[in-house]
Amino acid sequence: MTARIPEEYQVKIGLEIHVALATETKMFCSCSTAFGDPPNTNVCPVCLGVPGSLPVLNRRAVELGMICGLALDCEVNPQMHFERKNYHYPDLAKGYQISQLVAPLAEGGHFTFGVSESQERTVRIRRVHLEEDAGKLLHGHRQQTLVDFNRCGVPLAEIVTEPDLHSASETRAFLEELRALLRAVGASEVRMEEGELRCDTNVNVLDQSTDGPKDGTEITELKNLNSFRGVEHALLWEIKRHVEALQRGDTLTHETRHWDEDAGVTISARAKEEAHDYRYFPEPDLPAVSLDPGWVDRLGEEMSETPRQRRRRLQQQYGVDDYTAGVLVSEDDLGDFFEEAVSSGGDPGEVANWLMSEVQGYLNAEEIALHELSVTPQQLVAMLQLVDSGKISGKMAKELWPRMAETGKDPDQLAQEMGLQQISDEEQLQGVIRQVLQEHPDAVSDYLAGKDRVVGFLMGQVMQKTQGQATPQLANEKLREALTEAKEGKGEED
Amino acid sequence: MNDLKPGSLSIQKIQQLLRRREVCTDELRGAAVEDVSRRDQDVGSFLTVRGSYEGQSVNNGGTVSKASLNGVPCGIKDNLCTSDLPTTCASQMLSGYRPPYDATAVKLLRRAGAHVVGKTNMDEFAMGSSTENSAFAVTHNPWNSRRVPGGSSGGSAAAVAAGLVSFALGSDTGGSVRQPASFCGVVGMKPTYGSISRYGLVAFASSLDQIGPLARSVDDCARVLDVLVRHDERDSTSVKHPEAGAFASAVSESEPRLNGWRIGVPREFVSEGVDEPVRHVVREAADVFRQLGAQVQQCSLPLINHALSAYYIIACSEASSNLARYDGVRYGLRAESADVQEMFIRSRSRGFGQEVKRRIMLGTFALSAGYYEDYYLKAARLRRMISDQLNGSFEEYDLLLTPTTPTVAFRLQERMDDPLAMYMADVCTIPANLAGIPAISVPGGFHEGLPVGIQLMADRFDDRKLLTAARAFELSTGHHRRRPSHAEEGEMGRCGR
Ligand SMILES: [Zn+2]
Repeated sequence: MTARIPEEYQVKIGLEIHVALATETKMFCSCSTAFGDPPNTNVCPVCLGVPGSLPVLNRRAVELGMICGLALDCEVNPQMHFERKNYHYPDLAKGYQISQLVAPLAEGGHFTFGVSESQERTVRIRRVHLEEDAGKLLHGHRQQTLVDFNRCGVPLAEIVTEPDLHSASETRAFLEELRALLRAVGASEVRMEEGELRCDTNVNVLDQSTDGPKDGTEITELKNLNSFRGVEHALLWEIKRHVEALQRGDTLTHETRHWDEDAGVTISARAKEEAHDYRYFPEPDLPAVSLDPGWVDRLGEEMSETPRQRRRRLQQQYGVDDYTAGVLVSEDDLGDFFEEAVSSGGDPGEVANWLMSEVQGYLNAEEIALHELSVTPQQLVAMLQLVDSGKISGKMAKELWPRMAETGKDPDQLAQEMGLQQISDEEQLQGVIRQVLQEHPDAVSDYLAGKDRVVGFLMGQVMQKTQGQATPQLANEKLREALTEAKEGKGEED
Repeated sequence: MNDLKPGSLSIQKIQQLLRRREVCTDELRGAAVEDVSRRDQDVGSFLTVRGSYEGQSVNNGGTVSKASLNGVPCGIKDNLCTSDLPTTCASQMLSGYRPPYDATAVKLLRRAGAHVVGKTNMDEFAMGSSTENSAFAVTHNPWNSRRVPGGSSGGSAAAVAAGLVSFALGSDTGGSVRQPASFCGVVGMKPTYGSISRYGLVAFASSLDQIGPLARSVDDCARVLDVLVRHDERDSTSVKHPEAGAFASAVSESEPRLNGWRIGVPREFVSEGVDEPVRHVVREAADVFRQLGAQVQQCSLPLINHALSAYYIIACSEASSNLARYDGVRYGLRAESADVQEMFIRSRSRGFGQEVKRRIMLGTFALSAGYYEDYYLKAARLRRMISDQLNGSFEEYDLLLTPTTPTVAFRLQERMDDPLAMYMADVCTIPANLAGIPAISVPGGFHEGLPVGIQLMADRFDDRKLLTAARAFELSTGHHRRRPSHAEEGEMGRCGR
């Protein structure tokens, strides 16, 4: 599917991203924003647009919107106001959407993200504004269309970028890091499966080798993509279409297209959908809102660090490598777990290793998230200490971990229950070794005859006799001591 | 008290009767409903009357007895939501529509013990100046049944004038309380924008809409304002009025004087566009104020001449958006069609009347790409300039005195084919809405048996000043005591003297 893009062609991609803000209640009423409740249970006169009802702005939505803006290095406007965006659709309760046009919440920011392990790119953010979500159409039986207004009035932040992205994969990387950013600062949970991030993209291709008026294609708007994969695939397809058009001297027309996931193609939207004149005008039901600098500063100070800042800090503070730091910040709770484990006495390297290998492996295999486990960072540290002190072996630890993850029990107790205990008692081990040597005189003879290889066999016997609980290092040491003694004894006999 | 007509009594009188135990609230309620059912057939002021008063929610005894509007019958304009009575806005679109809640203003009245007798007729969605745009009924002017009561709160004004209720609520977007008050010879006030919560008022033009009382005296108006003026968290444009609760006390003096008050009469309001008899009433009113001790001077507000056009662009623009929700999806009239766009079109075509459609189209046009700057934005700028000019005049004057309407009540049907002539009826009242300032219309005199109102305007939040002056005026003229002949006789069609 990837088109060969000639050197002199430049792909330009801009995004309009709608993110559901993590408020408890809707933007202009006190209905719950909970997802998945029975249709039309989280509704009231305000979000249903019942005659006479009026909107009251949710302060928390403004704060989370400001946090979005601050996280994207935008300037928060000293005063913002709302506009009405007028259009008719059955899921739009009032016949208009309360949005922002002239004085949005925040403007003029940028966002730096990694396109590969060593390469970063910066995209300019044009604006961040607030608006309310619409309801959802449900197509019932007997060709009925029903409307669920639970989502109607959920606060959204719309993030608009400049057309600074240059490929489908870059766009995907941008979106993934944006998602991590918004989660980290607490602006949104960004649950993709609940449609908490939806994306419109604008794409066109410029031919930089020519200077004439026809030096590029007209912009195509791809509407309502709700998965990163969808964005990437739709863009790949669309870029190919634009490149091919340019190659045959066509500049295409400005249009809106939809991505057909099943067919894997974009389809031109009907002209009717494009003919919108939204007739924006100032929302008379809501006075302008002053975003007092003190308020903005306080939010900025309270705001959690961004993934990029944290990634830097993890490297500097704990000496973990860039890749590990990247993984730790990509999932919010992984980083938190790490830092808590280290602060309760864990060795950063060991903890990071465990998180990257065993913990991640377990989560992937079980398809669950870290926060769903009942095991605590302190318990992980306690387990690592059992290994360090030789009470259990590294191998045992790997056996112990999944059970800890499942049960949330302390590693000490669990090791005992599972019979995972290393024998580190020298006398006990010496006894076992003596027994093994007595039972295998042939092997001892072989050893005395210079066949060093039998040590491995004898070691295996020791481990078997102790049911694997002998501390391997110590057992090995004591076995060699015993064999050396035997050798010396034999020499004396001679 | 067999011929008890509670609606013809003042609030003070009703309180007195209750205090002396000459009547109880149940009697008052019963009599009020009966009187309306009997006499409103000729006036046509109500769209819905409560059949039985027993169903009315009455607060627990203790608070009711002290409540300031206990047992006082009132009418509510049919664009204010009532959970127990249909709220139709006099439109086919909302025929039979029952809101799921009470408007804040209605809730406050009920809490104060007022008896909501029913819902009054109006121009559809408050668009009109004669109540003739109602989809359901014709309301007659109680002073002359061939004349309009004014509008859009014509039902409320007529019900008060006819003595069917002690007071009524209207809504005033460009004069819809004051203009019918003037035509019907009652007091109508539009307080400072934001004083009375708009929550539950079906929106026409949100930045201009304001609920206001209509009553037969300034005193009654002030008592109702004491109940209604309150900050409401549900309305983001609601204000904390510094004088809340102190309106009735502003009018309690028995012989008020206005010594040292300065009153301006803007010449633009008494130009040739205003009928001579009306101008005459204003001149007489100026003399009354002089006698009360005020200095009355002519002044000028040149921008006022642009108020009407600015108003219609802004009001229609907001209306085009406010009325977008009537699409047949969730409530109101639905004309079925397999195609949803077609369903929208059919429902709206059938549900809205001609004037509403005209204004939706006007507003849609004014907000359209390519026209927005030339129409909506220009009108908004003009509005700010007019407001500045009005506000500036209050540095010099305590009040402005003007006619309320350029003419007396016109004949039914007279202006139905001439929308521009109809719009002219609001030319004097519109500036107060544009500026968000308080304004009141009080009976100023009569011309050929028809009442003529005068309007007073004051600075934002100077509602108390307005009431004080209006009260002084009504006490010294006594015009408000004159009632249409039929109001006592139960007969229509007799012009006054
Ligand atoms: Zn709601």
